[in-house]
Order: sequence, then C-alpha cells, then structure tokens
Amino acid sequence: MAGQFLAEISKKEQLTQDIFRLTLPVPEVAAAARPGQFVMVRSGKNLDPLLNRPFSLHQGMDDGRIQILFKVLGEGTRRLARQEVGDQITLIGPLGRGFSLPEPASRPCLVGGGMGIAPLFFLARELLRRHPAQVPELLLGARTAVEVRQLAAEFRLMGLDPLVATDDGTLGYKGLVTDLWPRLAESAQPRQVFCCGPHPMMAAVARHCAAENWPCQVSLETMMACGVAACLGCAIKGKQTAVSGDYLHVCKHGPVFEAQTIDWS
Amino acid sequence: MTHGEKIDLSVKIGPLRLANPVLTASGTFGYGREFSDYLNLEQLGGVVVKGISLEPRAGNPPPRVVETPCGMLNAIGLENVGVNAFLRDKLPWLRGAGAPVVVNILGNRVEEYAELAARLDGVEGVAALEVNISCPNVKEGGVAFGTDPAMAAAVTRAVRAATKLPIIIKLSPNVTDIQLMARAVEEEGADAVSLINTLLGMAIDLRSRRPKLANVVGGLSGPAIKPVALRMVWQVAAAVKIPVIGIGGIMSATDALEFIVAGAHAIEVGTANFVNPGVTGEIVAGIRHYLGQEKLNSLAEVRGSLRLS
Repeated sequence: MAGQFLAEISKKEQLTQDIFRLTLPVPEVAAAARPGQFVMVRSGKNLDPLLNRPFSLHQGMDDGRIQILFKVLGEGTRRLARQEVGDQITLIGPLGRGFSLPEPASRPCLVGGGMGIAPLFFLARELLRRHPAQVPELLLGARTAVEVRQLAAEFRLMGLDPLVATDDGTLGYKGLVTDLWPRLAESAQPRQVFCCGPHPMMAAVARHCAAENWPCQVSLETMMACGVAACLGCAIKGKQTAVSGDYLHVCKHGPVFEAQTIDWS
Repeated sequence: MTHGEKIDLSVKIGPLRLANPVLTASGTFGYGREFSDYLNLEQLGGVVVKGISLEPRAGNPPPRVVETPCGMLNAIGLENVGVNAFLRDKLPWLRGAGAPVVVNILGNRVEEYAELAARLDGVEGVAALEVNISCPNVKEGGVAFGTDPAMAAAVTRAVRAATKLPIIIKLSPNVTDIQLMARAVEEEGADAVSLINTLLGMAIDLRSRRPKLANVVGGLSGPAIKPVALRMVWQVAAAVKIPVIGIGGIMSATDALEFIVAGAHAIEVGTANFVNPGVTGEIVAGIRHYLGQEKLNSLAEVRGSLRLS
C-alpha cells in the first residue's frame, strides 16, 4: 500500500559539495517500506521542473523517519538540495518491488557504486536485524574518498567491514569496485549478491555472478515520469523482450530485479 | 438546506450523464486501479482508460519520456494489454470502482476501430468510447487519421455504425484547422469531441548530439500546452453543437474552470496525475468551492461565458 504525504524535513546533512541527506518523519511510509523500494518526491508547487523525482529509500526507521540520499544532478535535485529543516516536501510511496531477503544459508554480499550505495544502507540494517550473526560482505566504489568516506564509516558502525575502491585511489583500492571481485571468488563460499550502482558496474557484477552461479539482485533506475505504473515511461529491456517484445517496467516490476532477467546489452 | 447542497456539478455528454465534469485523460491513469491508493474513484466524473488496441502492443524502446519546460514529452508507443486482456483482467475491477468508464480505442485501419467498437458495444461497465484518431493510417502511408478530415470522418462513421455507445472523438491538435476537424466528426455522428491530444515535439541532448527520445519525436503535454488547448477548445466550442471536453495542461480547478468558460462541458486531467495522483479529487472539490463562492447552482452559467469586447 502506498500513499501520498506532505512531510517536513527534520534533518538536513551535506555530505559533500553535492551530496545531501534528508531525514523526514513519514510514519506510514517508514512502516510499510522495504529495502529496495523508492519514493517520488516534489519540493514546492512550481510548474517547472514539473515532475516528481525518484529516490531509493536510504533508510526506513522504526521511529517513523525515512531518509533519502541524493546527488545534485539537475534542476529537480538542485531545488531539493535548497530545502531546509522545516520545509515541506510531498512524497509518494513506498513504491516498487524491493529486495527479496535470503535464507541465512548463503552469505549476503552487498556491492554499491556511487549513489547506488544509498539503498544498500537500508538493506544492510534489515539483513542484520533478521540475522545478527550473519554480517553481510560489503564492497563500495566511488569516484573519490570524500564521496564514500562517511558512508563507509556509518556501515562500520553497523558492524560491517567495507572493502572500498575509489577511481583516484584516495581511499582504499585504486580502481573500480568490480576489480575487487577476485578477492570474493577466492573463498569459494556461495553468496547472494545485492547490487546497485552505475549501469556498467551492475552489468559486470551480473556477469561475475552468472559465472559463479550466485543469485544476484540489482536495483535499476531509469527515466520515469510518474513512478506509479501509469505513464509506462520506465520501460527497460529484459531477456524476454527479444522473444515476446514486452518490456519490463522499473517502477512496477522493479526497481529490484533478478540480474539474469535483464538484457544488459 | 445550505447553499452548498444545491450545487449540481453534473454534466451531460450526449446521452451520458456524469456526476461532475472531471475525467482522467487516457494514458495518464492506467486502468484506474493504479490510483486506488491515492483517491476514491467514486469522486470522479469519469475514468478514461489507457488506449486499447485489438492486439496487445509492447510500446516503443526507451527512452520513452523526457521532462521539458513546464511539461514533458512522451513516446510510449501506445503500450497496452489489448482488448481481450482489458475485458478479462482490467474492466472487472474498474466496473466496481464507482466512476463511469470511458474506453479509449485506437487502431491503424478504419476496420480496427470498427471491430473494437463492436467488441465493446453492450459490454457491461463500459459507459462510452473515446476514439484516439492521432494514430497513423497504414493504408494511407502512415498519415494520422486525425490530420485529415475525410479520414477522421471515415473512422467516426465506422465506429458510429458499430456501436450504440456514446462516442467521443479525441482530436489531434497537429492540424491547421481544428474547427474543420471537429465539424467533420460531428457530421458523422460523434456525440462529443475531446481535445487536445498531445502536440508533436522533440528534445535534443547537446552532449551526445542525440534526440532524448528513442522515437525521436513524441507528444508534448503538461502546463506548457494549456494556452494552445484553451484556444482550440474555444474555437471548437464555437464551431460545433456537440459537447466539447477540454484537455491540456490542467493542474487545478482554476485551469479546469477556464476551459469551461471557453465552452467545455467537461475536462480531462492528464499529466497532472503524474505529479499529484490525488489531483482529480482536488479539482472536483475546487470546482464545487468556486460555484459556492460565486453563489451559482450549476456549471451552466459558467460554460461558454467568455466575455468578448
């Protein structure tokens, strides 16, 4: 069940020059939300930019608060970043299909790149809540240290031990997060992988998981006008598209998908 | 009895009586159930569903949507479940949702429109048909039905012969003379016209030097098109006797009332549903509030009341 809510920003954090985190009490959304779901957000009643913006849920807390974490990329996010504590935004959600959570038998492995790290936070908390003894593995990739340092520290506070890769080597390994893959494969322990990040990164992770025969879920994003399965704008190609012609819709069938159902070409 | 209780928002679209003038525009409200978390459909004057074709259509490759100033472009490609699946899977729930159901139909041949109309004729729960003539006529090299008066007339005539349901012809704005198009379909027995459908537009990504839509061109909707829509509704209302349903950038009760002043009997809300899924309920309430404030009992005194000179 989703709904539309007017919420007041209770906390605003600026993690880097263009990465922001907003905390909002929206008990109905926090209560219903599952990791991997998203919300459609609008700040103000202006006609331009017109459309709501989708954000994955960074956190859904027991006390009724939710958090979204975003980077300023265009006018919509620029406007959202200008909001202050006490300002109201409208929120539609929780929306979409979230992550399916595994049986304790296979070790969860979270792989996040850039802003894809955002939904993995909520996921990590939920995994630990269900199986406190099974600490998920965590791989984090970012362009540079400042974009990932704080989040890595917060994951550590949860009890995880992130392996970090930065493009410029200012934190952790220098290179792509997918370069770290061989370290995982070394231990030959089966994993269930949860991945979110730039499209090429997820495609690479999907390939690796297929080779290892590890189940892999990815959280995709695409242009969407409505987020509620009305506009049909968020179509993406699945493996079935070449056969039946039908597309998948990110807001309805996703945003979380089994990696092997996606056409990565 | 307070004044509020005497307010009558009902409107007649040919033989179809609606409780209020607010309908949802095809392609912006799915098949109705998608919005059940956000509003009670009983509040609406009517629901116009996503356009239905004889066979299911998968739609266009992505990207299908892009935001533009005060609006958006769409090239969805008429993705729909097809008439069989609509009747089997979508209509049953919608029938019970409390609002009259208008089925929007589309095709690429006159015969397809006629067959769809015949399939839907007499089906319980279908209150009217809205005919999307902005589709390419494959027999005439892909020219849109709605850009040629003779083709628009042919579709209307074929649908009229195939069904007793009230017929609303949805006009394309991508024409030189909208009055000519409206008269052409009125002559063939349309019970009403709805306008406008989307305006043809495109967007370009400078960095990649590519169109932002995979289909290159798409339909423009949203507040940006309201001035064009208002002008066309005003022109058509002056040109035909049948009721006019106004569509185009309506975001509020004020917008809706402007269309009614221009001559519309009813309006459809489209892109606004994406921004605020509950907006149609708010617009109904806003229209009622306006009538109360103006101490009017019905929309009759507002309709076509534009003052010139």
